[in-house]
Amino acid sequence: MTKSLYGAQEASAIWVYLEQNQGRLTGVSLELVGKARELTDGRSIPLVGVLLGDQVSGLAQEAIAAGADEVRVADHPLLRQYTTDGYTKAFTELILAGKPDILLLGATPNGRDLAGRLAVRLRTGLTADCTDLRLEEDTGLLVGEVTGFGGGILAYIKCPDNRPQMATVRPGVFAVPAPDGARQGKVVSVPVNLAKEDIKVQVLEHVDGQGVDITRAQVLVAAGRGCQGDLALINELASLLDGEVGVSRVPVDEGWASRDRMIGQTGYVTRPKLAIVCGISGAFQFSVGIEKAETIVAINTDAEAPIFEQADYCIVDDMFDVLPPLIEAVKRARGGNGGR
Amino acid sequence: MRPLHIIACVKVVPKPEEIRVDSETWTIQRDGVRSEINPPDMNALEMALALKEQHGGRVTVVAMGPPTFVLYLRLALAMGADEAYLLSDRAFAGADTLATSYTLAQGIRKIGDYDLILCGEESSDGATAQVPPGIAEWLNTAQITYAEDLEVLPGSGMVKARRELTGGYEVIQAPLPCVASVKAGANEPRFMDMERKAWAEAEGPLTVWTATDIDVDPEMIGLPGSPTIVDGVAQAEASERKREFLAGTPEEQAQALVERLRAYL
Ligand SMILES: Cc1cc2nc3c(=O)[nH]c(=O)nc-3n(C[C@H](O)[C@H](O)[C@H](O)COP(=O)(O)OP(=O)(O)OC[C@H]3O[C@@H](n4cnc5c(N)ncnc54)[C@H](O)[C@@H]3O)c2cc1C
Repeated sequence: MTKSLYGAQEASAIWVYLEQNQGRLTGVSLELVGKARELTDGRSIPLVGVLLGDQVSGLAQEAIAAGADEVRVADHPLLRQYTTDGYTKAFTELILAGKPDILLLGATPNGRDLAGRLAVRLRTGLTADCTDLRLEEDTGLLVGEVTGFGGGILAYIKCPDNRPQMATVRPGVFAVPAPDGARQGKVVSVPVNLAKEDIKVQVLEHVDGQGVDITRAQVLVAAGRGCQGDLALINELASLLDGEVGVSRVPVDEGWASRDRMIGQTGYVTRPKLAIVCGISGAFQFSVGIEKAETIVAINTDAEAPIFEQADYCIVDDMFDVLPPLIEAVKRARGGNGGR
Repeated sequence: MRPLHIIACVKVVPKPEEIRVDSETWTIQRDGVRSEINPPDMNALEMALALKEQHGGRVTVVAMGPPTFVLYLRLALAMGADEAYLLSDRAFAGADTLATSYTLAQGIRKIGDYDLILCGEESSDGATAQVPPGIAEWLNTAQITYAEDLEVLPGSGMVKARRELTGGYEVIQAPLPCVASVKAGANEPRFMDMERKAWAEAEGPLTVWTATDIDVDPEMIGLPGSPTIVDGVAQAEASERKREFLAGTPEEQAQALVERLRAYL
């Protein structure tokens, strides 16, 4: 078998990649720290966060408050912007020096870009897009749960011999832990050897998202092909419920909505308290992004649509007939509550 | 610069809507399931063909899988690819992303003289998105993942691409040779050309290579070359949903729903 650059005997600790963008930690990094804390509890496994960037040590405390015992900070001007080359080289050196047993990364675009490259450089196994993580009772091996083909089966993946055992997890799969400002942890600054020639690519332009984060929404009103490009009622209901608008892939492909609102396998895994799903058939690539909702309402003209098998309250009707009275009924109910 | 040589990597996957899980054995029923080229790989192939039209050069398609996949490679030839290679050997079976990216990279090395390697962003079945960065690492080239748009800058030996990020985007420039993964829906894949179809079926240049043809280390391919193992499968627990159908006119349904959702209002 392909041998990794170091073996299981030498390896220790769980490392979490603390992905930052323009000096802000991504939510999924904290979600992973929270989950890793849960995994290490009752076992004496150190939990280490790894920060790469330019003058980012200020973010370390946030990871410690979320549960990290230690944060290693690799600060370098050439790490100011994410590049595959720069981050892979710096991270590889950190890993070979520290020899983590487990390495967790968020499955963001750049997290996946880095994880895929790192895993091959380290000649190790990577379980992508896990929906759950646990440590095996007797061996302590990481077991990643992934949704198998078709969404109907779960597969459990292990990496017994190669190190680190790598896994990526999508944003929203785990909850962000409540920060504990009193937690103490070590912040260690590590040396970085990087030269301009190490980085083949050049970032010419970088534009951040507009800040819609549907993974944090408490209420989601979602629309699919059935809305025919008309999102007015969906917008109205969402704002009435202090929620966000989400969509299936079709409105994104059609240009009716931006990609940051897409729910599902290529979109986001969401965990709202309430999801109202209108004109969406319920393909599994969509459903994986909504199944963590506490309550799901489906409105669809087709009584046979798979979405109804995944919903708590089902309305077989035209969304354009149901939404206006629904908006009125919500207004009345809110009025009765004295509004909010 | 010599004429551009673009290699498009394609995977053949079962059509998502046809996948059924056997409720007794919890395995995927593959019998009688129709397959297709992974949709984002079609976007990668289309991008390759469009770049060839713009800059000249040639497009080679490569896939890994059983001999039946030649059918799909002929489709790629009929769409406009110049040559196709299928890496096919029982020894490749059961590969995880490390072994798969290694095998494809060795195939690509053997094809040789590549400038740009295009893949789909992820497959509709595995959906790991890890193979393109893996190929880039094995070949020691630059990588551009999640490209929505990609230009070859004539004369400079560079490509410029717009990458999609969470909500935002980035424009990056990379030297050739380079591996790029193409976003699903980045373009409209063309239909096959009927005249080329006859040519592709009769004499399309299609080569099948086994493990010995592409100089792979037998320890690094297939199941034995894969550090990850499947340790078990289980049926996904359908979360308990009430599945209560609300009856009546839209007004009555709306009222009934609001009564049930009081806690959230
Ligand atoms: C690799 C890959 C990744 C993917 N990732 C995602 C993903 O992340 N997210 C995602 O959503 N999809 C994803 N898809 C696509 C997915 O397979 C489905 O095609 C998509 O979810 C369908 O969207 P839809 O339900 O809006 O449209 P459709 O399947 O066309 O359903 C439209 C529904 O609207 C109903 N309808 C029509 N008119 C009305 C009306 N007036 N009132 C009420 N109901 C009405 C219809 O009965 C129908 O059920 C992916 C596919 C692939 C291959």
